[in-house]
Amino acid sequence: MSRNSLLFWIGATLFLVATLVMTQVIGNEYPFFACYVILQFIVLAVAWSILGGYAGYVNFGTSAFFGIGVYTAVFLFKAAGAPLAVQIAVAAAIGAFLGFALGLLTLRMQGIFFSIATIALTIIIETTVTNWRFVGGAAGIQMQRPPVMAPFHSYVQMLFFVQALLVVLAIAISRYIQNSWMGRGLQALKDDELAAECTGVPTLRLKLLACVVSGALMCAAGAPAAMYLQYADPSSAFNLNYSVTVLAMSLIGGTAHWAGPVVGAILLGATQQLLTVTISSEVNVLVLGVMLVLFVVVAPEGIIGLIRRVRRNRKEGAG
Amino acid sequence: MMPDETEAPLLRISALTKRFGGFTALDNVSVDIRPGERFGLIGPNGSGKTTLINCISGAFRTEAGTVVFRDEDITRLPPHLRTRRGIARSFQIPRPFKSMTVAENLMVALDFAAVTDEHVSAAQRRDTMMSILTRMGLASKADVSATKLSQVELRKMELARAMATHPKFLISDEAMAGLSSSEVDEVLDLLMSLADQDITIIMIEHIMQAVMRFSQRMMCLDAGRIIAIGTPSEVMANQRVQEAYLGT
Repeated sequence: MSRNSLLFWIGATLFLVATLVMTQVIGNEYPFFACYVILQFIVLAVAWSILGGYAGYVNFGTSAFFGIGVYTAVFLFKAAGAPLAVQIAVAAAIGAFLGFALGLLTLRMQGIFFSIATIALTIIIETTVTNWRFVGGAAGIQMQRPPVMAPFHSYVQMLFFVQALLVVLAIAISRYIQNSWMGRGLQALKDDELAAECTGVPTLRLKLLACVVSGALMCAAGAPAAMYLQYADPSSAFNLNYSVTVLAMSLIGGTAHWAGPVVGAILLGATQQLLTVTISSEVNVLVLGVMLVLFVVVAPEGIIGLIRRVRRNRKEGAG
Repeated sequence: MMPDETEAPLLRISALTKRFGGFTALDNVSVDIRPGERFGLIGPNGSGKTTLINCISGAFRTEAGTVVFRDEDITRLPPHLRTRRGIARSFQIPRPFKSMTVAENLMVALDFAAVTDEHVSAAQRRDTMMSILTRMGLASKADVSATKLSQVELRKMELARAMATHPKFLISDEAMAGLSSSEVDEVLDLLMSLADQDITIIMIEHIMQAVMRFSQRMMCLDAGRIIAIGTPSEVMANQRVQEAYLGT
């Protein structure tokens, strides 16, 4: 294992230990309630970036995948009382399948056409779920949390830790893709699809792979949300805000490196949580918009791009 | 050394037709390219030269006809599989991977196209890449971003990237367009040295001295049809070729 990988896994372990310790020492539920949302957005942004960042295919369908994750959990819980782990695993499988299907249908389209197709997908799926009585239809459905498992004291704490596990999983996958031949292939096809294809890169297969992985992670991130809110309804589960927020987080953080969406999600997610408590939840969207405009103008390659530029300048200045 | 005429062709194009809507860009084109040949492709603008090589490299699907490479029908194969079978190309307007360095551009080819059964270590691939860059005179630019290259360097990098796919057949699409005469000589020498290593090359070029000097055999296209094929002097002496170029 290289030094970088070793540091990464030590960091990941420390992070998980810290979250576990938090659930044991902090009695107040609110921090977990707030941090859960941030963790959820880290998973979504990292997942989005695998297709949107590495491959450059801007996906507006985050809310479709997220919502499918939510409703997979709702369905499994209502129909079979399935435990949380099963809900997440099945959601990931469905997300992978959906990603594959969406990819086959749309990945031959490029640029804006692909993005529009993903928005259409969201609307189709939301309409379908809205008309599905078994999972509550338009009125939504109440969920009764099962008893919590040891060592956790409350269900929210457990969900918080589960989401932290998903964060580590998502980042590990994203990091692996970035550093492997897949990452190089995706970067090549993002730069120039025809040149990539003529250099031997199986562009369609790589894009499908990115879509499958991205979809699976997004659905997995959505699965615990039903239990988190103890309620699910189509208009919030499939809210287009997820798509826009996740896109903003990835772009603000920077898409050239796996750390970009993580930084973006923490920054924007934390800001949103702060604003929700101090001012109002409506201001969120405004702040999101302002930050996005600001970054597009000042740092089009996001925070990661900005850091790289500063470093390069310093190196050239020194040399 | 002239290629043996009795040998089986490396590439056989039979009755190839390509239409864009109502416009026929290639009309029933058939030609054989022999192993080791240096083949020149000329023709006025819009005569179908680039369309033909797009059909060979797989960027375009054809309406009719077949492309057979080393006794295998590749007419329906996507470009990346043709690349892996040994067909490489450069582009008329260079298409580098802009977010990468020169070295990384070549690594894409080594990672994806030059696949062999035996395991090749990262160090070995790095050596292969550096030796290609050295041959192309780009060794000092290995860690430079592709966006920082000059026009002639970009052309060389395209050829280097094509070479990194380990081709048996190289298509050079106007690799010399827009270069100064000394740069043209430089690129021409490069292509000549590649041809000496058993790589069959099709060269599309508007610079007549270059393509005449390079080619063992030449073909002239006009309005999607072959109007002449033969030795360079035969083709240039052809009445229809002169008409096509002079427009009389």
